Order: sequence, then C-alpha cells, then structure tokens
Amino acid sequence: MAEIKNYTINLGPQHPAAHGVMRLVLELDGEVVQRADPHIGLLHRATEKLAESKTYIQSLPYMDRLDYVSMMCNEHAYCLAVEKLLGIEVPVRAQYIRVMFAEITRLLNHLFWVGAHGNDCGSSTILLYTMREREDLFDMYEAVSGARMHAAYFRPGGVYRDLPDSMPQYQVNKIRNARAIKELNSSRQGSLLDFIDDFTQRFPTLLSEYHTLLTDNRIWKQRTVGIGVVTAERALNLGMTGPLLRGCGVAWDLRKKQPYDVYDRMDFDIPVGKTGDCYDRYLVRMEELKQSNRIVKQCVDWLRSNPGPVITDNHKVAPPAREGMKSNMEELIHHFKIFTEGFHVPEGEAYAAVEHPKGEFGIYFVSDGANKPYRMKIRAPGFAHLSTMNELARGHMLADAVAIIGTLDIVFGEIDR
Amino acid sequence: MIAFAVDPEALKNTIAAALGGKARRVDVKLGEVTVEVAAADYLAAAQILHDEQGCRFEQLIDLCGVDYSTHGDGRWEGARFCVVSHLLSVSLNQRVRLKVFASDDDLPVVTSVTGVWASANWYEREAFDLFGIVFEGHNDLRRILTDYGFIGHPFRKDFPLSGHVEMRYDAEQQRVIYQPVTIEPREITPRIIREDNYGGLH
Repeated sequence: MAEIKNYTINLGPQHPAAHGVMRLVLELDGEVVQRADPHIGLLHRATEKLAESKTYIQSLPYMDRLDYVSMMCNEHAYCLAVEKLLGIEVPVRAQYIRVMFAEITRLLNHLFWVGAHGNDCGSSTILLYTMREREDLFDMYEAVSGARMHAAYFRPGGVYRDLPDSMPQYQVNKIRNARAIKELNSSRQGSLLDFIDDFTQRFPTLLSEYHTLLTDNRIWKQRTVGIGVVTAERALNLGMTGPLLRGCGVAWDLRKKQPYDVYDRMDFDIPVGKTGDCYDRYLVRMEELKQSNRIVKQCVDWLRSNPGPVITDNHKVAPPAREGMKSNMEELIHHFKIFTEGFHVPEGEAYAAVEHPKGEFGIYFVSDGANKPYRMKIRAPGFAHLSTMNELARGHMLADAVAIIGTLDIVFGEIDR
Repeated sequence: MIAFAVDPEALKNTIAAALGGKARRVDVKLGEVTVEVAAADYLAAAQILHDEQGCRFEQLIDLCGVDYSTHGDGRWEGARFCVVSHLLSVSLNQRVRLKVFASDDDLPVVTSVTGVWASANWYEREAFDLFGIVFEGHNDLRRILTDYGFIGHPFRKDFPLSGHVEMRYDAEQQRVIYQPVTIEPREITPRIIREDNYGGLH
C-alpha cells in the first residue's frame, strides 16, 4: 500500500471561489482539510494611512471602496463617527433617508451574496435572478447620487441632497425596441419614492422565487447543512458579528440593541438560527432580506409626508446652498473654507459602529484637533470573519472549503483596506 | 447619540472597581468608557474584563496600533506606541475601550491577548505588520497585509505616504523588479490645528 502524505495546495490568488484576491494555502489529508491559511493583503491600499493626509470630506469616498458590495453602510459608520466627535445633530429627514438607503444597501449585499454563494455551490441560476433585482437597486443609487456604486451620498451632518422628483428613463436602443423600453419605464414614471415603493411591493414575490430555487433544494441542503458549524460561545470569542453570530442563535443586532439614526422607530424582526451551520446562515440572510424590505417600506411612507432639510445647517460642517453661496459673502467664505481647508474636529477619540450587512462595521478616530484625522481605524467585519477560516474549515472536505468561504460573505475591499 | 443599556457612568464605576489598582485611568468621553492600563497589567486586566460579573466582555471587536509621535504637531509627551482594543459585551450590551502604551519606543512590546479572545490573532498580526509592535505570547506573529518580503512598518508616522520602493515590469530582464519610488507625496491641503474656539464651533 502506498504511503499517504499530507498534501499542500495553493488556492488563488485568482480563483472564482475566492471572492476576490485571496491566496488560500490548504493542507490536505486526502480530500480533508487539515489547515487553512488565508494570505490576505493583495488588495491592500492603506486606506487608513491615506485618510491621515486628507480632510474628513476628502476621505469619505474611500469608504465606498472598502466593502464595494455595501457602499453606503460604510459611509454611514464614517459619518456617525465624525458626527460623534463634532457633536452635531442630523435632521430627522436625513436620518430616514440614511436608514432607507442603508437597508437598500443591505438588499444589494444580501442579493449579491445569495447569488454568488449559490453560484459557488453549483446553482448558477440564482445568480442571474439576483442580478436582475440589483439592477433596480443600483438605479436608486444612481437617481440619488449620480453613481451606481460609489455613491459618496452620506455626508457628515446628513446626506448630500434630497430625493429627486423624477427617475431617469431608458431610451430606445439597438438591443431593446420601443415596447420593451416602455415596459421597463413603466415603474419609473413617478418620483424616486414611487419607484422604491413599487420595488418593495414586487420584492416579496421575487424573494419567494429564490426560496423556491434553493431552500428545499436537495443539492443545496447537501452542500450547506452541517457545514462550518460554530457554537455561540466560540463565535463570540472568534469575533463573529452580524448574520454569522445570529446564525448561531445569538439575537444580537446593533440596529435593535444600540440603535443609531431612526432605527428605534422602525418595526422589524431579528431572525436567528439554531445550529450555526451554512444553511442556518443562509436562512438568516434570506429573512433579513424580507425585514429590510419592510424597513424600506416604512421609510418611504414617512418620507412621503415629511419634507424638510436633509443636511445640517451648520455651515462649518456642511456646505451652504448654492443660491446662498452666490448671494451672501459669509456663505461664500464658508463654502471656500470647507472645500479648501475642510472642517476641524475637536481633539478626542470616538468609535462608531453600524450593523453592516456583513456584521459590525466600525470606524475609530483619533483626532488631535486638526482638519485631518490623526488616526483612522476601520473595523471591517470580513477581517474577523476570514480569520476564523482555519477553524471552520478544519475536518471538512475541500469542496466544503468553498461553501465556507461563501458563507463568510467576504469582500476583499474591506478585509485588505 | 447611540443609546446603551448600561449608563456609561455606571459602567465606569463597575470597571474601576473590578480593575482596582490595575487601571491607570478610567474616564467617560462622548459616552464612551476608556480604560488605560500599564503594559505589565495588560493581560490580567483583559482577563478581568472578560470574566468579571458586570463586565463580561465576551468579544474583542477591534484591536489596533496607534503611533502618537506627531500627535498635536509634536506636543505629545509620553510613550509613542499604543494598542487600542474595543471590547463588546453581548450579554450586558456595553462597550469599553482598552488602551495600553508600550513602554519602550524603540522596541514596543505588549503581551498578546489571543488566549483571552481568539479574534485578537489577526488584529495583533496587523498591528505588528503596520506598526512593528511585538506581541509577546502570540504563536504566529507574521506579517499580514503588506507584501511578502516587505521592509519597514508602513503606518508609523515616519514612514512616507508614497513608500520606499515601487514595482514595475522590466522589459530587458523580462520580470517584475523593485526600484526606489519615482513619485513624491503631494499634499494639497495642509494639516492645520486651530486654536481653541476657532470659529465658535467647539
């Protein structure tokens, strides 16, 4: 009989199942993983160091480029941290807009996750379905900020501008004829809020399509049930947050436990799992899609009937209106100062965290009173989650390692920073 | 402002009582409790914060290094390197920030807390990589974010933003080579610290 030795394989840095640039060194006994050593940092851009040489507004767009699947949630934590240091109040309407877009972002993230995870585990169909819905959500981003992904929409003190009254329309082109375009535009006749409202009504039906595709699917269950099991106590010690922690049965959600903005006025439920395996985490995320949709609907209803300012009137922090800037000397000075020198943040330190779709995303600032942060630390949920890879994958088959990478919901923009 | 189940002032008193003489400083600012401990007491303090009734910080949410050498444009007095951890108690819904300064500026050494919280593993590797802080008792202290064979600790304040080397493909040698950087850091907006009450904002 031949002698069997442990086998070391190298997965990545370019591999479709690695969800970005990750090099995973796997030590195998036959097909069983003995040790998984993720090598990260291939996408390291030193965002935190760059922020030290930029003003607080200049480094805000970097936030979009961290977790590039849930852009506005990153901005949310950044704005909350700056606002905490400055001690400024945000108008209620801006808080509602932020909550609405944070939940739209959660839909974006979870839809991409369920599509990509399904694709990893052998169901490419789901990916096409979820991409279709993401298209509408990107249109919402575009309508409000002009960018489909890297929005830079949340600002310290509020949001960049109010919601638009009309939606951009599709034009007839070589690919689609007039009838198809008319159908595409049918939900885009009113304001952005009408479009979002229409989406929230369509979405539950679409969600049930995904459930039909996956939830009771025999192959899907074989790939996910009992894979990557982690106990609640261990999950806490490993620094797991978000759906991974809730998948183990810990009802911990910052939106409920330490509410920020207007989450305390929202009516929604926190789903929890039981066994802490990949399948439970899948179910938790699917239920979160439904709950996010509920929150978006509540925000739409409130925003329709409550007009008001969307950014603080403190012009040391937020730029004045264009009209005021053109006609008023003081406003002009404010505008000039804010876009050249930026605003000064009092000396101190602050940590602000949000319930990001992936877990707890936090920003820690050390300020020495300058117009730039002295030190910024980004607490990325994916970083802590990927560090658990070795423990989760040990004893599983090589193919399950892919399912575990999928369930961790990692994006290298935020892990490598 | 973020609401907590436990009043920060009450938490401050609980922590001060639990740590006793181990805490150098416990204070509340902006609703956040900060504890500073001496490097020698760091591990013991971490264990107390993890175990003690009324603390029960089961989670190490974040750990990072800070280089204070140019803080306040050189007005900083005290040790240069600090390790800042953010702890979270899921059972009691409370947070605390734990700070420890490394006593030696040239070879900063801090005890590792991987035995208390497993999540510290990668965070300590990161702080070692970026700041050169050595974590005593960490069993796998490798670089994590920088390139294989990287020299220096890039997040130290004396490390230039543009770095020291750049990479390019050399057509003659037909391989990727490293060479000294050809760009210079360009800072459009100067860094300014204003006097107190400038503009009446704070």
